[in-house]
Amino acid sequence: MHYLSHADLGGQSGFGPIVPQPQGEVFHAAWEARVFALTLAMGATGSWNLDMARSARETLPNYLELSYYEIWLGGLERLLSASGLVGPDELAAGQALRPAAPIPRVLAAEQVPSLLARGSPAARPPPGPARFALGQRVRARSLEAPYHTRLPGYLRGRIGVIERVHGAHVFADSHARGLGEDPQWLYTVVFDSRDLWEAAAGPGHCVSFDAWQPYLENP
Amino acid sequence: MEHDDEHGPHSDLSDIERRVRALETLLTEKGYIDPAALDVLIDTYQTKVGPRNGARVVARAWIDAEFRERLLRDATSAVAELEYSGRQGEHIVAVENTADRHNLVVCTLCSCYPWPLLGVPPVWYKSAPYRSRAVRDPRGVLAEFGVTLPASTQIHVWDSTAEVRYLVIPRRPPGTEAWGEEALAALVTRDSMIGTGLARSTAGV
Repeated sequence: MHYLSHADLGGQSGFGPIVPQPQGEVFHAAWEARVFALTLAMGATGSWNLDMARSARETLPNYLELSYYEIWLGGLERLLSASGLVGPDELAAGQALRPAAPIPRVLAAEQVPSLLARGSPAARPPPGPARFALGQRVRARSLEAPYHTRLPGYLRGRIGVIERVHGAHVFADSHARGLGEDPQWLYTVVFDSRDLWEAAAGPGHCVSFDAWQPYLENP
Repeated sequence: MEHDDEHGPHSDLSDIERRVRALETLLTEKGYIDPAALDVLIDTYQTKVGPRNGARVVARAWIDAEFRERLLRDATSAVAELEYSGRQGEHIVAVENTADRHNLVVCTLCSCYPWPLLGVPPVWYKSAPYRSRAVRDPRGVLAEFGVTLPASTQIHVWDSTAEVRYLVIPRRPPGTEAWGEEALAALVTRDSMIGTGLARSTAGV
């Protein structure tokens, strides 16, 4: 049951200055572009879903020391091993030692434009009536989830207001664990920064996040 | 052996380049990928999909009040009118900057970003300094980008935690009342659509 995400960074300090990047720079090395494309192409095989991929990346033990595409590469290698498509021995050897495992599909070059244009919409028919309404005060639960979740630590236990109701979406927490899509109502909840940070720097602001219904409770 | 490696056929490759090359070879051998599909994916995000798409949306919203209204009501449908849709832009919300309110987008948990409109995100957007501080100290973050807003301007930080992707509509620069869509789009920067910048002023054109 042990699960440790290294990606929940909101509100932390000590990471130094932001390094700007001119518009128009996309990849900084040829290998980054290949990792990007390998990840998308393997994702398109249907061997895992995007939430499983996020989970594989955020739990890399050295996440904070890695560059972005190093994280993607590490995540992809983990997903390949976990799904049985490539053995750790094959990754280490850099060559195939066994025949291929069956996969749902292979992405062909001519399918790329339609695949990207279609995307993967997350909206689903709602499982029932929405529990919360526009303008209602809600509290983000203080969940200690031992699995992939999209409820940031800095918002847990804090009270905000429902600002938008998006309909029901595939629930990341279930989807990442292979428990199906488990659609849940999705809301945008807005918080006053003075309710989030004890000593907010300068004048107040507000912060919102997108919350599936299981993240919220009555205050 | 190390000496031999340095002068081998791939002597100029770093460890990570070797690792990526080996993985691509392995996945190709197994028949899981079509290397030609990788080239199309890379070319798409290097040359076709990028912030010029979002800039066109913003410029259209500046000159066409009805489009602006549709964009604010249902951005996914509105940008589809310009044939922008799909991966990492399946559910889009557009948020408009005004004299009183400035919007800033972040993904504290990873790197969620509206790909069909802005392309793939810049490194800083995906990195710890921005992700950690944007929600706590947006004014300090904006200052690092050279942006100072009046103290009376309310800042709304949008943390993209689900599959909703946010596009900031920056304020239209003064003095552009007579400008056409294309000229206006040239004023709309990537950063202005994330909220870490403003649209270029006419003085810079």
